[in-house]
Amino acid sequence: MTLIVDYDAGNLASVKRACEQVGLAAEFCADPDQLRHAQRVIFPGVGAAGSAMASVKARGLDEALREVINNGCPVLGICLGMQISLDYSEENDTSTLGLIAGKVSRFRMDRPDLKVPHMGWNEVCVKQPHPVLEGIEAGDEFYFVHGYFPTPRDSSAVLATTDYEGHFASAIGKDSYIGTQFHPEKSGRVGLRLLSNFARWDGQC
Amino acid sequence: MLSKRVIACLDVRDGHLAKSVKFLNTQNIGDPVEKAHEYYIDGLDELVFYDITASSDKRNIMLDVVEAVASQVFIPLSVGGGIRSVSDATDLRLAGAEKINVNSAAVKRPELIDECSSAIGNQNVVLSMDIRKVAKSNEIPSGYEIVINGGRTPMGLDALAWALEGEKRGAGELVINSIDADGTKDGYEIELTSMIAQAVRVPVIASGGAGLPEHLYEVLTEGHADAALVASMVHYGDYKVSELKGYLHDQGLKIRMSW
Repeated sequence: MTLIVDYDAGNLASVKRACEQVGLAAEFCADPDQLRHAQRVIFPGVGAAGSAMASVKARGLDEALREVINNGCPVLGICLGMQISLDYSEENDTSTLGLIAGKVSRFRMDRPDLKVPHMGWNEVCVKQPHPVLEGIEAGDEFYFVHGYFPTPRDSSAVLATTDYEGHFASAIGKDSYIGTQFHPEKSGRVGLRLLSNFARWDGQC
Repeated sequence: MLSKRVIACLDVRDGHLAKSVKFLNTQNIGDPVEKAHEYYIDGLDELVFYDITASSDKRNIMLDVVEAVASQVFIPLSVGGGIRSVSDATDLRLAGAEKINVNSAAVKRPELIDECSSAIGNQNVVLSMDIRKVAKSNEIPSGYEIVINGGRTPMGLDALAWALEGEKRGAGELVINSIDADGTKDGYEIELTSMIAQAVRVPVIASGGAGLPEHLYEVLTEGHADAALVASMVHYGDYKVSELKGYLHDQGLKIRMSW
């Protein structure tokens, strides 16, 4: 069973609908014991890092997530769900899950021509081939909505980049974990392609 | 670099697609779910539904429309019209709307913006403003006034001041709808759009008056808009969404061209 982690971090229905569209049956899950038995996990989320982490911890979902990843279960983090996979977020000065070494910073916003948040369609440039990113071509754009961005410590964790206020990591991954800053569920055909890739991924790179 | 967005607006009354000219004389022009899907397949970047249903007992029809669209259209979906409370907003979000557009109710009670943005996040709250050009005065220094009730009721509120207040209260995006230009097909109100877009840090969507592809180009460059909203020019088949995007791309704008 594919489980969509429900930790009060925004509207999860759109992720479920997009999964259904690519033939991936998914259920919402807020229970760590159930999560430990997942075959596949999607960790979505919008909102702020501080309250998201508090909610994840209060429900004991942090330990369960570590366990499933250690067991090689494919996990997809989306937006805030991806951001809290790093060690630390500047947002609310939050210590996060530490699945991937690195931190999350706020866009500097010192260029008046750049609007914040980074909202809209932007190109995702694949830096390392990955089964979940297969079929994404140069010039393909995805939908973004965020004011903070991830910087993994180790460049081997950077799977794709996007240019906004300079280049930032828009897809990151390690072992059976992959996370995207963009929203595949709102990114039309290419987004559905990514979800369909994830639905078939065995967690190996 | 972000692409400029082409957004289609579908006015929905009692579950049917309607198009208004200067907000009066609405007429039915088809099924909103079908139209939404057609535009999605043709490369639309974002979709806005505006519920113009008059009677409150028929409001639930809109939730069904949103739900039907959200299960087959995988781009951001924004819904407005008659949103007066956080609970209206969350109902629409659960039905599948990404963003919520507030308009008249926020003019009457500005705290609605703060409440919605803290409940569903700034980025999901769009402040839609209906604006009419007036003589500059002490009360309306920008020469643009906020109106409500489909343009019939002037509010004595300066449009620029309201845009800045809306941003401060937590609106993540602004729709600048010119009542003067709406339905004319003579082009967007460039001066108004540019004035507001340059004064705020949140993205601005230009609305009202699009009739030719050149109008979109104009408002996305000279008008400093981040997105251009179209309605009748695509609803009646005069232009296809892909055609508009192709034109803007050929003019050198950054536009999402693969979908």
